[in-house]
Amino acid sequence: MRWSSVLLAAILLAAASPSVEEKRISIYSTVANYNLPVLDREGHEYVGLLEILEPLGTVSARPERDHWNLRFNNVNAEFTFAKKGCKLQGRDVDLGARFLLENGRGLVPLPSLIVLLPRFLGGPVTLHDNSRRLFIGDVAVHFTAQIKKTEPPSLVMDFSAPVNPTIATEPGKLRMTFTREPLVPPGTTTLTFDDKTIPAASYSESNGSAEIAINSSAALFASFSHDGRTITVSTAPTAAPITNPAAGNQSSGTSGPGMAGSPTVLPQLAAAVFAVIDASHGGEERGAALSDQLAEKDVTLAIARRVRQELLNRGLSAMLLRDGDTTLTLDQRVATVNAAHPAVYLCIHAASQGRGTRIYTALLPSTNNSQGPFLDWNTAQSGFLARSQAAAASVASELQAKQITARLLPAPLRPLNNIATAALAIEIAPPGSSIADLTSSDYQNAVASAVASGLATARGHLEDAH
Amino acid sequence: MIPRHLVIGVSIMLAAVLGIGLYLWHVRGREFAIQPASSDTRPVAPPISGPTEQVTLYVADDNLGTIRAQSARIPLPAGRQQRAEEVLRALLGIYLDPNSPHILPAGSEIREVYLVDPGLAVIDANAAFADGHRSGVLVEDLTVASLVQTLSANIPGITQVKILVEGTQRETLAGHIDLTASFDVPAVSQMVSQLQNSQ
Repeated sequence: MRWSSVLLAAILLAAASPSVEEKRISIYSTVANYNLPVLDREGHEYVGLLEILEPLGTVSARPERDHWNLRFNNVNAEFTFAKKGCKLQGRDVDLGARFLLENGRGLVPLPSLIVLLPRFLGGPVTLHDNSRRLFIGDVAVHFTAQIKKTEPPSLVMDFSAPVNPTIATEPGKLRMTFTREPLVPPGTTTLTFDDKTIPAASYSESNGSAEIAINSSAALFASFSHDGRTITVSTAPTAAPITNPAAGNQSSGTSGPGMAGSPTVLPQLAAAVFAVIDASHGGEERGAALSDQLAEKDVTLAIARRVRQELLNRGLSAMLLRDGDTTLTLDQRVATVNAAHPAVYLCIHAASQGRGTRIYTALLPSTNNSQGPFLDWNTAQSGFLARSQAAAASVASELQAKQITARLLPAPLRPLNNIATAALAIEIAPPGSSIADLTSSDYQNAVASAVASGLATARGHLEDAH
Repeated sequence: MIPRHLVIGVSIMLAAVLGIGLYLWHVRGREFAIQPASSDTRPVAPPISGPTEQVTLYVADDNLGTIRAQSARIPLPAGRQQRAEEVLRALLGIYLDPNSPHILPAGSEIREVYLVDPGLAVIDANAAFADGHRSGVLVEDLTVASLVQTLSANIPGITQVKILVEGTQRETLAGHIDLTASFDVPAVSQMVSQLQNSQ
């Protein structure tokens, strides 16, 4: 009885203990970038040789009893189970540890790749041993980082090829993890800057990926430009508290907005920006051709800039996802927005069909695979939909007050469903029959002003729930 | 010396050849003049035998930004899958008319509709349908909602609809509406009920 209890406890403890991260190796080449699992055998790290070579050319393997014959393009190799050496094009090669065969799969010690691969591929390879990152040929992506002394200051990072890292934020730090990019360290792994807000950044590598961590005394926000070759990291502006003019400046207390008769002072955003404004399309993606000369991407950017200004005029912090003619994928937009944790995300579209404006919230698929704190990518918006609809209704109300047609509709429109905060999209059509009206300053200002007023009215609701 | 009757015969034959040539030139010019500027690229529906049945088509209107239900009588085959295809072809027939309130690009066609249990319908449209589709949130939304609602209203049991183009998945229809996920019929029905009001 006692033994069975101990055994049960041991099983439960083992099950409850955190699982160790699976070891992986990343391979970067001109043909493909990929990663594979690394296995611990006999005190060494092993990797499947066939899997390494498969994306790089024509490869076949034939196990025969204790032998394993491999052919890659025109190169033949013969491996023998439990032997520390192999024959490659008739020549002996030392593997450094025993060759293993598991269910017909040939495993070679990880360090032996720097001996084997040049002979198979006919070119140099570089292996970062500790981080398990293998570079085949001249594929490295380099980067530079420099502080731009603007207000607020920003760190501009230029990469020699487009990158798309995973971005995560935590208090005082922004981390960019590069798994698919053959990023190599700069001259020194610790970069220091002459700036109090962003004093330093560090480069590190582990388990098949590279990471750049940027330290800051404030919350950081990353935006992409130059087709993914430039990442600009800047501090997210904070919103100044606004006082309800109707109530007057009697007190600076923290009464809730719903308390009748008391001054309404909304809580100051500690770190996050209030609104992220997304001028849809951009760069190579022109969006709809509104006329022979007018592309949707240009109209959306012009209106997005006006909305930002209108929000700033109301004391609300706002940022543009793109402030130029930049190509951004939907995933890049989502990653940036979700990392910034704004109170609201507003995506701007323009159209030649119809009149006035349409305000969209997400039409979500019914399947929701969210588990605990991990949100399902396709339905990340589900927990925020009521807030999005409230913000959309507020914006529609302000537009109608300015005699601008506004309809509220759901739509299967990415990236609304991927956004983990209140999210809405507005499609702006001309007020009359002439498409030229879409570019008129008066119309764009009227729309921008109404949108900003609508969001400002919904601010209490958006930030309370945020 | 050439006999006189031979000279006369050859002269008559040359005159006849010249006359026929001039006449053909004239006829050819007239044919070019009456040829239409562009040919009708609408697909020719295969003849379907059997009695006609009443179906409900959900027809989009760009000017009003709405979708309205419209009854039609079309010949329908017995098979569920063939019925689904014919209902959608009837809808596309409306959109391919030059006077349609929601014009789809010429040559747009539904290649196949696959009914996959449980409740999933896969619409496979041809490349012309997506390549030439006008770009815009509302105009793309109207097309998708109209297709999904028409299909689910006439073929019972469909709960999800997926739209493919030439058998493969596309990111968006024409730059806006997401085609990577399946459309939930109840959610689209709710969207259509909102699209039935112009305000």
